[in-house]
Amino acid sequence: MCCADLATASTQANPAAFARDYSPFVVRMGEDLARVELAVEGIRCATCMQTIEGGIGAMPGVAKARLNFTDRRLAVEWRGDLAVEAILDRLEALGFKGHPFDPKRPDDAETRETKRLIRALAVAGFASMNIMLMAVSVWAGNVSDITPETRDFFHWVQAVIALPAAAYAGRPFYESAIRGLRAGRVNMDFPITLGVVLTLVMSVIETLNSAEHAYFDGAVMLLFFLLIGRVLDQTMRRRTRLLAENISALRSETAAKVFEDGVVRDAPLSAIGPGDRVLVRPGERVAVDGIVEEGSSELDQSLVTGETALAAIKAGGRVYAGALNASGSLTVRVTAAAEGTLLDEVEALMGRALEAKSAALLLADTATRLYVPFVHAAAALTLFGWLLAGAGWHGAILNAVAVLIITCPCALGLAIPAVQVVAAGALFRQGVLLNTGDALERLAQVDTVVFDKTGTLTLPEPSLVGSYDPAVLEQAARLALSSRHPLAAALAAAAGERRDPLAQARETAGLGVAATVDGVEIRLGSPAFCGAESAARAALDRHPEASVIGFRAGDAEPAVFLVRQALREDAAATVGALRGAGYRVLILSGDRAAAVSRAAAALQVAEWEAELSPKDKIARIEALRAAGGKVLMVGDGVNDAPALAAADVSLSPVTAAHVSQAAADGLFMGRRLAPVIAALETGRKARRLMLQNLWFSAAYNLAAIPLAAGGFLTPLIAALAMSGSSVVVTVNSLRARFGLRLAVRVRRAGRDAQAPLLRPRAA
Amino acid sequence: MDVLVFMIPIALCLGTAGLCAFLWALRSGQYDDIDGAEYRVLADD
Repeated sequence: MCCADLATASTQANPAAFARDYSPFVVRMGEDLARVELAVEGIRCATCMQTIEGGIGAMPGVAKARLNFTDRRLAVEWRGDLAVEAILDRLEALGFKGHPFDPKRPDDAETRETKRLIRALAVAGFASMNIMLMAVSVWAGNVSDITPETRDFFHWVQAVIALPAAAYAGRPFYESAIRGLRAGRVNMDFPITLGVVLTLVMSVIETLNSAEHAYFDGAVMLLFFLLIGRVLDQTMRRRTRLLAENISALRSETAAKVFEDGVVRDAPLSAIGPGDRVLVRPGERVAVDGIVEEGSSELDQSLVTGETALAAIKAGGRVYAGALNASGSLTVRVTAAAEGTLLDEVEALMGRALEAKSAALLLADTATRLYVPFVHAAAALTLFGWLLAGAGWHGAILNAVAVLIITCPCALGLAIPAVQVVAAGALFRQGVLLNTGDALERLAQVDTVVFDKTGTLTLPEPSLVGSYDPAVLEQAARLALSSRHPLAAALAAAAGERRDPLAQARETAGLGVAATVDGVEIRLGSPAFCGAESAARAALDRHPEASVIGFRAGDAEPAVFLVRQALREDAAATVGALRGAGYRVLILSGDRAAAVSRAAAALQVAEWEAELSPKDKIARIEALRAAGGKVLMVGDGVNDAPALAAADVSLSPVTAAHVSQAAADGLFMGRRLAPVIAALETGRKARRLMLQNLWFSAAYNLAAIPLAAGGFLTPLIAALAMSGSSVVVTVNSLRARFGLRLAVRVRRAGRDAQAPLLRPRAA
Repeated sequence: MDVLVFMIPIALCLGTAGLCAFLWALRSGQYDDIDGAEYRVLADD
């Protein structure tokens, strides 16, 4: 099964790394000032920061080197000629790894929005504090000896501060409300806008009439509290996106582009378009979709189809981004997604699935739908009630507006975003990055968990199984260090302490590596290359889902090593805990039945299906949903993307293919599966807290409306009620940080019990 | 009463100065790296 394609036998040494074309990463900032941004790996402490900034800053020509510790990014500006390679080399010499960042990524709009919200927050904060200073003086004066002239003066000062501040700081809400109205919807920003505007208008009129009460403080304080919620929400989203971007830069999304003149240089993916030719060396991932022009090889398509066995490919064949090239060099001509290809099908299925999903109704929508008519009806009733009671227009309108002020959705506006921010922060510490805040609510309702097998339940890369003679293993592993073959990488990982490759190892593409040690030739590679066919057949009979590497030292008996994609170390514990918590667990895989059944047996999952196409997976998920299930899909392959989009909510490991990452609601990092449990638990907890917050807000409104409608509201009561309810909701939201009991237990169990649970029963 | 006519504008001016200082700090990127700032304090250049 391994390296079986002998047709690829062309001798070729390990190709040296190509010079990289860094020019697309460099931004020219004027005459001779240039700038590059690097995502840096390995930063841990304050000393790292000084080492990097000092080391890079001392390079000749460097004008500025500044490390952003929060984003783990280094910005370097220099004059004159300085190669980016030199910066990277210097960084490497300092003990860090840098990855250039593509400056074309469009993050400007979001950064601008964050800054705009923070500016609005600062203005609202400044205004509300100063207004409150005057307001408290008036309240104190009203019960003692303030003169009407002084009170009017104080009210006018408040108006001078409040009107421009509200006009500026409230813009995010006004704009959103208008956008909503244009689209024919009344969103939560509409009652906010209405409340703020009416309060200000009423307060100005009251001030003109030298009245006792004005509500400038309430209007601006409301904006201040709501903006806190918005800023938190925006910051969370920005942070998630920045880290996700770093991850993709760390995976260094480049391809070896063959230029017109025959020169090969590594170029970022954004600089490669249809028609370009790309060289894919053995051991590299194919970074583009295209058609093979030259060469033949075997591909590990597990990230694309879920199939773990290597597939042969030759000139004219189609390759997809994400496939791992095992043995020979390939020259690929890049194509745009063409009709009838796998990706085309995947994209069409995803589009359909996403349309079907948008119908989901979330808590916030439900709350708005109930809240807006209720409050507005209460205000209208107050108006007509007082008119019928003969109170006159002035008193009736005053009380109706008071209802709108006191019910302004301060707590309601914080109820959901505050929980989302805290819960997303807690999940981040568990290794889960959420793409959307509303995924939490969908996670809370899940009752069925569907796993993909390859790369999700199993680790993305293959590893050695079984036990071997340590001396033989060590020799083979050292030889494997010289090979770029993915199966050899699994063997090399088992090398232990001796990490120095053997001198004079020669790699024969498609066959294996050979070296001479103490006059004895040792060989590692396909069973045929090592004369180990019979041993390989025997091993494959016992473990049909594994791949075999042959090894032979001189004339000694050849040995075989079994390599396969092992289960994640806590896969069994996680699946067991999920089942114990009452979730229905299924495996839907694109891999062969033999491989899937073995994984299902090890995890004790009764419901599994193998050899499914993307269309089949989507059909299974839709059937589960039609039967009333709420489905969480966990998958990583290109073939999983439609299923991820079709499920109620979805998670991907961070090693997943691009399309899948984009389709999933969240990514989890690391080699463990426990983050899936953490996500489900946090979702449940978050939804419970959101509901508590919403009920509290509702109760608060029910208590406040009669007070306002009855004409008993004073600015002091409004201020206390508003800030009090916001504080209660915020403090309650903080509880989302705690209580991940099941995830913690699995983590602990995984650590103690991982050996007996997952030790493979091979050889 | 008379003194308020002076005191309140003065207080507001001071507050506005604070607000402007914050907005300037925001614009000049001093809030871009909150985690790094706590370490930079300790660094001797």
